[in-house]
Amino acid sequence: MTPMLNPNPNPNFPERLRRHAAIYLALWRNSVVREMSFKSNFLLWIVVELLWFGLQLSFIGVIYLHTDHIASWSKWQVVMLVGASHFIQQIFQAFFLTNCVQLSELIRTGRLDFMLLLPMNTRFLISLRQVDLGGFVNAASALAVMGYAARQLHLVPDAAQIAGFLMLCVAGILIHYSLMFLLASVAFWTVRAQGIVWGYYSLFNIARNPDSAFQGFFRAFFTFAIPMLLVANVPVKLLLNLGSPREMLWLLGMVVVCFVISELFWRFSMRHYASASA
Amino acid sequence: MQKYWHVIKIGLANTLVYRFNFFFRVAFSLIPLLATIYLWRTIYRGQTGPVAGYSLAGMISYYLMVTIVDTLTAVTEDDWQIAADIKDGNISQFLLKPINYLAYRLCLFFSGRLIFTVVSLVPVALFIFCWRRYFVGPDGGLALGCFLLSTFLTGLLQFFMSFTMALLAFWLLEVSTLIFMVFALEYIAGGHLFPLNILPPVLARVLSYTPFPYQLYFPVGIYLGQVKGPALWQGLLIQSGWVLFFFVLARVVWRRGIRKYSAVGG
Repeated sequence: MTPMLNPNPNPNFPERLRRHAAIYLALWRNSVVREMSFKSNFLLWIVVELLWFGLQLSFIGVIYLHTDHIASWSKWQVVMLVGASHFIQQIFQAFFLTNCVQLSELIRTGRLDFMLLLPMNTRFLISLRQVDLGGFVNAASALAVMGYAARQLHLVPDAAQIAGFLMLCVAGILIHYSLMFLLASVAFWTVRAQGIVWGYYSLFNIARNPDSAFQGFFRAFFTFAIPMLLVANVPVKLLLNLGSPREMLWLLGMVVVCFVISELFWRFSMRHYASASA
Repeated sequence: MQKYWHVIKIGLANTLVYRFNFFFRVAFSLIPLLATIYLWRTIYRGQTGPVAGYSLAGMISYYLMVTIVDTLTAVTEDDWQIAADIKDGNISQFLLKPINYLAYRLCLFFSGRLIFTVVSLVPVALFIFCWRRYFVGPDGGLALGCFLLSTFLTGLLQFFMSFTMALLAFWLLEVSTLIFMVFALEYIAGGHLFPLNILPPVLARVLSYTPFPYQLYFPVGIYLGQVKGPALWQGLLIQSGWVLFFFVLARVVWRRGIRKYSAVGG
């Protein structure tokens, strides 16, 4: 690290916060430089994501050629949901996804050992090492689609709704992150954890479905156990004037639960970690 | 011939290592499938009668058959491995050995699919068993026969297309974006997301001039009786045509690529 980050063996909390902020700034600078050295690749990945986003939207378009509602959801409401789900997923991707996926590689190659030696919170470093800037561009495209859908619905959300929406999106992102990090930590026990990590990716797909299309065990499981049906549905329902305080509280509660579980598992893994190179 | 038999055996051994990876992949992919099926069931509940010529059972069976054909024929790792072989200079050894790289990769593809199918057998069979009430049989013996033939052609088509795509690594530093773009096209235009004949007729017609429907939709359509009569024979002919086209294209691109190849790090 840079010399300005003078490691003090027992820093107090504000000092630690300041140091982590400085480190994070350096990581951002690094990521920008890296992305800009592969400009065409950076743009092509944005095209790929746009294509997949368009694909999800056309699925909705085709379904609504043949029906005018899915459970209680109209076409533009679902478009808004798909947009919000994409927004949350892309911001999650920008900050965390690559880093979570790379954890198994760090363990396999033994590079994790060097990170453990650094005078900082290791989970912080592993989770935020790289920023995927394309994610922000894609998140903007998701917001544009949401805006268009809102116009079709003649919705004009007020400032409080927008603030609430953003806050609930942050909650959704943190849930994605905690669950992904939890799964990535399985790599401490089995090197071939990629199957599991990419499996989580397919769980993402559930988040963009309207909650009331599901019933019974499936709905309960993805609401109470793995809250995929809350992550995007709850913020969108707030914008659609269908918000329920109970669901919002549940979503916020699940953030705490998911994060605590992932942190406990991380600490447990750390205690049992015996370096790959040993 | 015997050397290719060895390649198949090596391929089997190599992919067996990944059996848990495959298993997780299959098991997890069944969750979004379940979501799609529930979604359609909810749509049918708000509807009287069939949607675009599909009964609920027909629609659910469509997705179940897509899963089966996809398990049997989808290219999962092959294109990445081929591109990596080129980038890392690994193909140099194939230029020296009396072995055809295309045939070699095809053998690996078949052995990979075999292992993948075996690993998927239990979860997919269980899944279909749970939905057996909605699972319709093939539209007669002829449809079943043509379905099997068409599924085989689909496998070849998938492979030759991916092989050709991966060969672009001779010219480009990064092929993964291109592979993902084509994959996205295949996903929607191949019929992964929904049966292509629920599209507006004009769009469905435009798609029928591309190879994509023959990568997935066509065999499933045969099985369900959505494609029959003269359209069936015509379709099989077109599908064989596309297989031949991409086989020739793969060979041409390979020959040109080899001329360009400079064995980086080889």
